[in-house]
Amino acid sequence: MIRFAALQFRIQAAIAFGALVVIAIVLAVTGPHLVTLYDTTVVPCSTHNDCSAATTALTDTDGPIQVFLTFLLLVVPALIGMFWGAPLIAREFETGTYRLAWTQGVTRTRWLSVKLGMGVVASVVVTGLLSLMVTWWSSPIDTVSAKPFDPLYFGVRDLAPVGYAIFALVLGFSAGLVMRRTIPAMFTALVGFVAARFVMNSWMRPHLIAPLHRVYTINGSSPLNMGETPAGFGVTATTRGILPGDWVYSNQIVDKAGHSPTTAFIDRACPLGHASAQANYQTCATNLAARFHLLVTYQPESRYWTFQWYEMAIFIGLAAVVVGFCFVWIRRPS
Amino acid sequence: MIEFQLDPASGVATYLQLVQQVHQALRLGMLEPGDQLPTAQQVVAKLAINPNTVLKAYRDLEREGLVRARPGMGTFVVQTLPGRDEVALARFLSQMSKLLLAARAAGLDSDDIEAIYRTAIRNVFAEGVA
Amino acid sequence: MTAVLETMGLGKQYGRRWALHDCTLSIPAGNVVGLVGPNGAGKTTMLQLAVGLLAPTTGSIAVLGDAPASSPAQLGKVGFVAQDTPAYARLSIAQHLHMGSWLNPDWDDEVATQRIDQLGLDPKQRAGSLSGGQRAQLALTLAIAKRPELLLLDEPVASLDPLARREFLQSLMEVVAEHGVSVVLSSHLVSDLERVCDYLVVLVDSHVRVAGEVSELLASHHRLSGLRRNPSTLPANQEVIEQSHTDKQSTLLVRTEEPILDPNWTVTPITFEDLVLAYMSQARDTKHLGRPALGVVS
Repeated sequence: MIRFAALQFRIQAAIAFGALVVIAIVLAVTGPHLVTLYDTTVVPCSTHNDCSAATTALTDTDGPIQVFLTFLLLVVPALIGMFWGAPLIAREFETGTYRLAWTQGVTRTRWLSVKLGMGVVASVVVTGLLSLMVTWWSSPIDTVSAKPFDPLYFGVRDLAPVGYAIFALVLGFSAGLVMRRTIPAMFTALVGFVAARFVMNSWMRPHLIAPLHRVYTINGSSPLNMGETPAGFGVTATTRGILPGDWVYSNQIVDKAGHSPTTAFIDRACPLGHASAQANYQTCATNLAARFHLLVTYQPESRYWTFQWYEMAIFIGLAAVVVGFCFVWIRRPS
Repeated sequence: MIEFQLDPASGVATYLQLVQQVHQALRLGMLEPGDQLPTAQQVVAKLAINPNTVLKAYRDLEREGLVRARPGMGTFVVQTLPGRDEVALARFLSQMSKLLLAARAAGLDSDDIEAIYRTAIRNVFAEGVA
Repeated sequence: MTAVLETMGLGKQYGRRWALHDCTLSIPAGNVVGLVGPNGAGKTTMLQLAVGLLAPTTGSIAVLGDAPASSPAQLGKVGFVAQDTPAYARLSIAQHLHMGSWLNPDWDDEVATQRIDQLGLDPKQRAGSLSGGQRAQLALTLAIAKRPELLLLDEPVASLDPLARREFLQSLMEVVAEHGVSVVLSSHLVSDLERVCDYLVVLVDSHVRVAGEVSELLASHHRLSGLRRNPSTLPANQEVIEQSHTDKQSTLLVRTEEPILDPNWTVTPITFEDLVLAYMSQARDTKHLGRPALGVVS
């Protein structure tokens, strides 16, 4: 059965691995240059006092390739779900060959296990290698500029893409099993995968681990934002420049009891009408600091790998649930 | 070796057609003792008929004592058809003619007689049809 | 002789429609069974149930003594040629044979390659470029080379031209002669089955109308014609299958195990085709009878 599954899968696998080889060559040619650039410009930059220029120069290098790689790792799991997962069984239904396949001397359960197993292994290998290559290639740039919890970084490096790919593959397969049509199954896999990624990004991941808090006194360099808000004139704290490598959820102006300043207090503490905006800001910060401080809620960078493992495990867990459903479905009376 | 043909329009059962063709070949001298009949596979490959049909025809021929199956070798003719007894034929023809004349005298026409004849044939040879 | 196919009250429902209903059959081994019926009568449903592609809604089915598709061994004993003989268009003939050898425990590679050779097919040719007849032969080869005890064929010749049809049936009968395999063959074309079948199952409107050995069925069915009379005056042992009446004459097709002694009947034997058509039209007549009653309701 494994040999036959391999025979059927060989064209899709060849396309994927061919693309992987091309990308590997491109990265192998351009990657060493980034390392050299990092070693020669960024490493000695503090002695020349031009670190900002050096890092900007580095992060701007091979811009199109950076964008392409981010895009690639975003879409590859979806492509795996659509072009590997969905047709895996839906095409057998569409062409009627399931009547040939399922009447050979192999039970349907075994057929399903081998097909899915092979798809999962191939998906892990492809996205794993791709993620490895991209992570390696980007490492000089990531060292100076990365925000590891940025969705455009977190989901396209290290372990997460592998979990996504497994889930997308299984999702496409199950859609094909239920719908028996390739195109609708591809579409379902795409929508389902994007929805799962979105739900995870927006609603689930922030709650996986309880965030940490840090308190800052307010001073003249605090990131305060003064201006009109929908509720009238107000002062809010922004997350600009705070804990750069960490994942900052919020920055709030609160007193010891955890209350935010009232509008009346703000009106008194932060009068406008000084000679300059700078003077307005200084007065405001000084008055606020008397009773209030800044409360930052965040996930430290050190939890990056914990989150990566969680992310992968959750998507593999989802995939396992879908696989369980497939086994029940394929054995149910049809 | 003889080759079988089928006439699907004849309404005669396939195995009977095979039996009749062997009889015919024996009468005409196309088959003689020692000759081999085509194997079931050969017949089937040519006529696309059920092999059981061929085997049934051969079994009938074997029961008549005309052929014998030798395991692993094939089916062979062991005896030719007994020649017809001309005297018996002539005697039967004269009896039949008398019977028919009597029927005509009783007011039956040739169609009536043919219907009766068919029924009688069926009753007498009924087991051969099954 | 054991039954190759045994069903008890077998039924299959799609939504509210019964594709097969209350079907009880026991088909002995060693036969070539013709499963005949009009399109949509339930032939495909019956065969797909027998091969485990469908599961019954009611009743039970056993193939070679086991539930269909219950184990690799059971699957290996049953060869199936599906309707329209599906094949992997992008795989070559040789690759299809590899598939057979990888997936079937008792695969006979010699039989397979020999047959492909005899058919004059190029093993490197892709299945997608084969003619309908060639693809049917490939499907038959795959089904045969797994050395089955039972071959199930779903309308294998329906889409073939007369020559390919003849060649396919010749191949099939050769296999029967050579390997002694039991066969169930469905078709809506009576003429295809007449030559090859020695057992008949007529399926109409999801019901089995008649089942039995062809020779027995032909011997027990007769066409009677004579002066017009009410069929209810017939002896109890004569079951009327089909009847037509003019103002003077009645023509009946009856089933009876006893000889017909009534001299008022002209009795003629019936052909295979007569037999099948009689049972098929019997179903239609019953429908016609039901119609006025339905008309009142609506």
